[in-house]
Amino acid sequence: MIRIQDITKSYGKTQALKGVSLDVKKGELFGLIGPDGAGKTTLMRILMSLLLPDSGQATMNSYDVVKEYKKIRMQTGYMPGRFSLYQDLTVEENLEFFATVFGTSISENYDLIKDIYVQIEPFKKRRAGKLSGGMKQKLALSCAMIHKPEILILDDPTTGVDAVSRKEFWEMLMRLKAQGITILVSTPYMDEATLCDRIALIEKGNIFGVNTPQQLMENFPEDLWSVKTASSLYQTAKKLQNLPRLISVNSFGQCLHVVLLKGKVTKADIITFLEQQGETNIEIEQIQANIEDVFILTTEKKTNPVSL
Amino acid sequence: MKNIFITISRKVRSTRFGAFLYKEFLHILRDRRTLIILFGIPLAQLLLFGYALTNEVKNIKVAIADYSHDEMTKQLIQQINASSYFKITEIAHSPSEYNELLRSGRVKEIIVFEPNFSKNYVANGKANIQLLADASEPNTSQLIINYTNAIISSYSQSLSVLKNNPASINIKTRMLYNENMKESYNFVPGLFAMILMLISAMMTAITITREKETGTMEILLASPLKPLQIILGKVTPYFCLSIINAIVILVVGTQVFGVPVKGSLVLLMFEILLYIFLALSLGIMISSLVSSQMSAMAMSGFGLMMPTILLSGFIFPVKNMPIALQILSNVIPPRWFIEINRSIMLKGGTLDILWYQTLILMSLAALFLFISFKKFKIRLE
Repeated sequence: MIRIQDITKSYGKTQALKGVSLDVKKGELFGLIGPDGAGKTTLMRILMSLLLPDSGQATMNSYDVVKEYKKIRMQTGYMPGRFSLYQDLTVEENLEFFATVFGTSISENYDLIKDIYVQIEPFKKRRAGKLSGGMKQKLALSCAMIHKPEILILDDPTTGVDAVSRKEFWEMLMRLKAQGITILVSTPYMDEATLCDRIALIEKGNIFGVNTPQQLMENFPEDLWSVKTASSLYQTAKKLQNLPRLISVNSFGQCLHVVLLKGKVTKADIITFLEQQGETNIEIEQIQANIEDVFILTTEKKTNPVSL
Repeated sequence: MKNIFITISRKVRSTRFGAFLYKEFLHILRDRRTLIILFGIPLAQLLLFGYALTNEVKNIKVAIADYSHDEMTKQLIQQINASSYFKITEIAHSPSEYNELLRSGRVKEIIVFEPNFSKNYVANGKANIQLLADASEPNTSQLIINYTNAIISSYSQSLSVLKNNPASINIKTRMLYNENMKESYNFVPGLFAMILMLISAMMTAITITREKETGTMEILLASPLKPLQIILGKVTPYFCLSIINAIVILVVGTQVFGVPVKGSLVLLMFEILLYIFLALSLGIMISSLVSSQMSAMAMSGFGLMMPTILLSGFIFPVKNMPIALQILSNVIPPRWFIEINRSIMLKGGTLDILWYQTLILMSLAALFLFISFKKFKIRLE
């Protein structure tokens, strides 16, 4: 449904996209996972034909994003990263405006947005600028959906939205997916990655590992240990830097995630090392990697290779 | 009737362009600041120029130093005091007081009659009056001196007539097209140019850049709206509002400040519409060159208002400017519009006199539109 081939894009001297290729299948909920500044917005703007790529090609529903952008604009719903609705218009006026602009009406496609819109309908006479963050996102999604697009492109839709609204928002995306809509969504939140059918990790204009989140986590190539001691995470991490065959140490909530070369270091080795360093109350267990671990490992490997 | 209106408005709003227009009107009506700029500023400027910022002198305080005290000086002093321009507030008795009177600002002018004024006049046909004016405000002092001269010379003429003096030259001046030298004859055509430029160009530039700044332009661009529809939708409301403003200025100018429209009202309206159109295209051009409301405001504020006020001939005559500025003033639309306006309103100018200025306005509008269409981006950057 969305096909991206070797897209590059530079702003002056900064290369925002360094040869990105990607395929999104019809009806898929595809996540573009990466931190701010990774190139997600640039890629989405290119797909929406708002930016021209320096090189490479992309098609949406087999329409070329450069030449056939007019057709794409009719069939795609787009939600930019910033809240981009008219703050001085009411909820209803915003929705009506976008419906008319796309040549339809609220009543015509009401079924499609009903699930989302009923939640903000009680406030339909309220100005969009006076809505809470979560409601703004629901309105923006309704506006992007009102013309029954085949593809939805959502740029960081859950940034700046509270945890409950985020959860609701993803539930809505699941329902839209169930209606056969292809969704490309970007997010800096790693926990949201597991909700996608497939994801691509993106960092500094490069794409690493495209797969289902489960596969990416299972394919984690090294050993991962969760470590907790009596002293602070920072001090323990500092000591662990000297552990032989270490790849990386990162704090993760209340404990440290320690990545070690696969099969080279045992639990006992780590405990002995830490005890030698004067640590007490050592809690350690081998764990399954999550998306963030995968992200850190793959991006660090590619950007500054660790000597093995 | 009302029902028909509602159905029509629904019909209009259900089209792509109609929905856009409706949205624009909502923006304007809901933004109090814009409304104040749109309607408050024109009225405030009209009233300021009409009542407060005036060059006309009235009740200027003058001192008299009369070293003669004869019948002639008494008559002259009476005439001066009787005019609405002057009010004699001080009497000086010796030259040593002059400086203090002027410096303290108690008077703006001192009129000195030489000793034996009428004796000299009768004996030599000549008598001297010295006028001392405070020239720290050059324009005002010039006006004061002119008015004093006028009173004195008309007095001296009346004397010559009485005495049947054959040697005197009688000058009779008529200020054609503005017999009473009313300021409003100057500022109403000038304000027309200024206000329409402010409303049309600045507001258009701001409203388009606002969409860029808030990110809504991104959605509009990603929608099936055509660039032309976006621009026309943004500009049309301001076109209507500018016309309303023009009518307000015209009505206030003619009814309150007594400026005539000697030429054809139809031609005047046509030129006004042309000028509004030009200002709008200038606004579109500015918005296509900058990306934030602040820079749009700065660019139209400094880039448009200053030339409109200073280089258009509104306040300073173009002919008195150095050559470089005269050349520059050729590309300043208000210059031509003010010329057209003055001609039609005051002199009854017709198109066969004004075709040249009209053609320049048309060409400038076409140029600005061309640049904006070249520069308008159907994409972000």
